[in-house]
Amino acid sequence: MVDTKVNLSGLTLDNPIIPASGTFGFGKEFSKFYDINILGSFSFKGTTLNPRFGNPTPRIAECDNGMINSVGLQNPGVEHVIAHELKEMKGYFNKPVIANVSGFSIDEYAKTCELLDKEEQVGILEVNVSCPNVHNGGMSFGTDPKAVAEVTKAVKSVTKKPVFMKLSPNVTDIVSIAKSCEDAGADGISLINTLLGMRINLKTRKPIVANKMGGYSGKGIFPVALRMVYQVYQAVKIPIIGMGGVSTAEDVIEMMLAGATAVEVGAANLVDPYACKKIIEDLPNVMEEYKIQKLSDIIGGAI
Amino acid sequence: MKDVNLTVKSNKKIAKDVYQMILTGDTTGITNCGQFVNIKIDGLYLRRPISVCDYDGDTLTLVYKVVGKGTKVMSKYKGGEVLQVLTGLGNGYDLTRSGDYPLLIGGGVGVPPMYNLCKSLLKKGVTPTVILGFNTADEVFYEDEFKSLGVKVIVATADGSLGIKGFVTDGMVGLNYTYFYSCGPMPMFRAIEKVATSDGEYSFEERMGCGFGACMGCSCKTLTGNKRICVDGPVMKRGEIIW
Repeated sequence: MVDTKVNLSGLTLDNPIIPASGTFGFGKEFSKFYDINILGSFSFKGTTLNPRFGNPTPRIAECDNGMINSVGLQNPGVEHVIAHELKEMKGYFNKPVIANVSGFSIDEYAKTCELLDKEEQVGILEVNVSCPNVHNGGMSFGTDPKAVAEVTKAVKSVTKKPVFMKLSPNVTDIVSIAKSCEDAGADGISLINTLLGMRINLKTRKPIVANKMGGYSGKGIFPVALRMVYQVYQAVKIPIIGMGGVSTAEDVIEMMLAGATAVEVGAANLVDPYACKKIIEDLPNVMEEYKIQKLSDIIGGAI
Repeated sequence: MKDVNLTVKSNKKIAKDVYQMILTGDTTGITNCGQFVNIKIDGLYLRRPISVCDYDGDTLTLVYKVVGKGTKVMSKYKGGEVLQVLTGLGNGYDLTRSGDYPLLIGGGVGVPPMYNLCKSLLKKGVTPTVILGFNTADEVFYEDEFKSLGVKVIVATADGSLGIKGFVTDGMVGLNYTYFYSCGPMPMFRAIEKVATSDGEYSFEERMGCGFGACMGCSCKTLTGNKRICVDGPVMKRGEIIW
């Protein structure tokens, strides 16, 4: 019997599989397909201090091996999330959940995290400084080492829970951003968010998504994500949650060999609601195939 | 809602760019008329949402128009292909509000969901009138299928090449109805909204990521709050739509 457990900042996960924020809602839709307690954990829909409708539609465009989204952080706001979504979640998910937080000012990040810090169900705060779909916030924090350090410090000062900074790949030097998070006290790094991209409709000669550009995710970005995890792993001591195009158990192992302690699965959930279940069921077989007895042994094994 | 493998039994062209595909397999995920399915297509990343035209315990009929890559691939299926299909998505029409003589209004590829709706209404003893709108005669489909259900069918074509000349709203003039159910393009909905004399429902279309409520790709604002077209719709009540 192989061992799929991993330790993520003091949390023992039964397996490293975590559905990524924005592709799993608050888990409710997926709990109708399967018992989501088989997951390592999941990262819930990006939550902001105030409710947000997000961007105009169309918000989705297809790509070869992936998709573009420009949802724009639609969510009901942190108070509603705590009062309704988290409360309801107790009925179908009994493990610590990862709270994904976004903001438009340092103060907003801190206030939202402070409120979520009080919630027992929340095991980790994943701070999204990398949303490409909002203006004056999101990614603008995650592309500047100084700004990302300020957000990290502000969040760390209001919570005792582990803080993972979710970084954008849309930067020239991911390592300096990650190091800046570590120096500012981050407990871990989540990477990568989506790559800024676009598609144009040949008939209308206009961008397909209403916001013109959006975040590219799916299988196609896996090599980019893997490379960034590999680079950051060698530069920081804190754990990494690797994500970006992960679709199979083999991808999970590859991501862990590059340095990820746990792995988030994103767009794959949208095209196959059973994607994470299949990966979890497949993982022991693939581990045996590659003679891996204990999954946590292979973290960073490719270095 | 179920993720099932369905086998293509037949796939034939029934009008200009319009195909009828019959699939066999477990269709028990479908629970109401006006729902849709989301089909995984080889070589394409996202599934393709297609409205349900008709279904029974083990067959599913889809009528779709070739508008892009996905539907083009679908149109090439010869029969025997096994497709991964998420069935029973969306809310569907509310049959309890039909009244005694409802009106069904379908425009172009909005016609298919009207077929099972029509059959379902007849089953509960309600006889609807059906208006089908198309641009031109060679795009017309299902006129005979509706007629063979024994309901009154009005066909309107924009160029007058078949039926009355004009739009579905021209077919609505002088009709008396208790409720309306519609599916079609936005300009048609706007025209209906101006002239409809009863309450009713509209079924919307949007680019979708997942089709089951997870990605927030197809959100819209309504008078009753933010909704996702895929799970809170695609059918919306007349009184909740922000035009």
